[in-house]
Amino acid sequence: MNIGETLLKLWNDSGFAKMISGFMAEGGWQNLVMILIGCVLLYLAIVKKFEPLLLCGIAFGCILSNLPGAGMYHQGLWSCYVEGIPYEVLDEAGNVVKTLTQDTMTFTDILHYGGLLDIFYIGVKTSIYPCLIFLGVGAMTDFGPLLSNPKSLLLGAAAQMGVFAAFVGAILLGFSGNAAAAIGIIGGADGPTAIFLTSKLAPNLLGAIAVAAYSYMALIPLIQPPFMKLLTTKKMREVKMEQTRKVSKTEKIIFPIVVTIFVALLLPSTAPLIGCLMLGNLLKETGVTDRLSDTVQNALMNIVTILLSLSVGATMVGSTFLAWDTLKIIVLGVAAFILSTCGGLIGGVIMYKLTGGRVNPLIGSAGVSAVPMAARVANKEGQKANPANFLLMHAMGPNVAGVIGSAIAAGFLLSVFG
Amino acid sequence: MLLTKIPMSDAAITALLGYAIVFFGLILLMIVVVLLGKAFIAAEKRHAPVAPVAETPAPAPKTAPGSAGGVKLHNVEPKTAAMLMAIVANKMGKPINELRFISIKEVDE
Repeated sequence: MNIGETLLKLWNDSGFAKMISGFMAEGGWQNLVMILIGCVLLYLAIVKKFEPLLLCGIAFGCILSNLPGAGMYHQGLWSCYVEGIPYEVLDEAGNVVKTLTQDTMTFTDILHYGGLLDIFYIGVKTSIYPCLIFLGVGAMTDFGPLLSNPKSLLLGAAAQMGVFAAFVGAILLGFSGNAAAAIGIIGGADGPTAIFLTSKLAPNLLGAIAVAAYSYMALIPLIQPPFMKLLTTKKMREVKMEQTRKVSKTEKIIFPIVVTIFVALLLPSTAPLIGCLMLGNLLKETGVTDRLSDTVQNALMNIVTILLSLSVGATMVGSTFLAWDTLKIIVLGVAAFILSTCGGLIGGVIMYKLTGGRVNPLIGSAGVSAVPMAARVANKEGQKANPANFLLMHAMGPNVAGVIGSAIAAGFLLSVFG
Repeated sequence: MLLTKIPMSDAAITALLGYAIVFFGLILLMIVVVLLGKAFIAAEKRHAPVAPVAETPAPAPKTAPGSAGGVKLHNVEPKTAAMLMAIVANKMGKPINELRFISIKEVDE
């Protein structure tokens, strides 16, 4: 055994050698930058606690997919599957073994030639993960505040303004219709919906859109308050809302069934998301499926969160992420969040005027989904204006209405551009 | 898939239409929820037992100076009730003897 040759082979096979030898020509510097970005995201998740349950996985997925030679994620395979760019499978000597084309390619090829993260990513591409996350979200959501105050649904609709404004903004900045639709949905402030729509319309932007969506959701307590103060007066923020009626158990059981049938008939493309959301809620409310409700809220939710976050992070490959488009997405994302907040607040102010001052307009800002963070922010701002103000339950109505609203917005965009 | 760029006018129309569809969908859903709620309230009223004629309430007992009166406890330990009242007073930033608690009841979901 020649020790020198063995060591040389080990060195040549290492990611260090690949990164150094292809530093400029093969995007080695991009890998290095992406690994640094992954570390920054990990810092934000662990130290600053920005949506740590998701951001940890996303950041780690980003690091893993940018390690040269590790072969955990092959963007070429997915470019072939989605965009039809032929993919050459190479053997260890670098010879072409097989050329994959879009016409003949199946998920079996991904299982055969892909890495671990490619296999995880099938769950994103087939929309399994976002739907399973929605199942868990449904099981954790109480629609009681919405049922006791159905007008909340209007605020949930008003707060989708950012989705469509950001869509127009993205077109102005030169994105295609598909990409603009995927960028716009960041304004829905709903991670699974954003991932669901982006994986179908603009999979190449998935990493940037997911990071923007989850980062801004974590920043809601910083983003929303200035606009809450700007669009409402102190008198409006001080309004104490009356306690709403008690909702019966039967009503809570019937609601998810009615919503599923109604919304899926209106926009069939929303059926996977709304169906899973409402099934999860039904499991919670029936009272006879406690075991299932417990599983989807905890075990299943945790498992899917790991798979989803790693897969999304894996799409943050240097060659596509380090582009001007990513910067544009980050700017459009924050604009979408702000405009959605403003839309909800404007809706709240209109409702305040129409009801003769019985509705606190701050609850409108909770119409951006981000459950329950946005409702908590509305409650906190209400208490700042009037310490005796408890808006949390009132804000939960628009908050969960926002989830349904953003799913409808996603369904509409999917119908137009899908 | 429509991967090409679309004209600004088309984008604006799509955005307006999309926003209108979201409102349309949620307004229809609101109507359904309102009707559902009304049906349940009506059903509850039909099945509610007839309330007995209320007796003349006894005069409220005189309270100690500085006290805000008594509080009725339903399935709640006095210790828990005291803790709840202290939390509410703290959150509201008011002395506890300036607040009046009528009753505290544990709600079974």
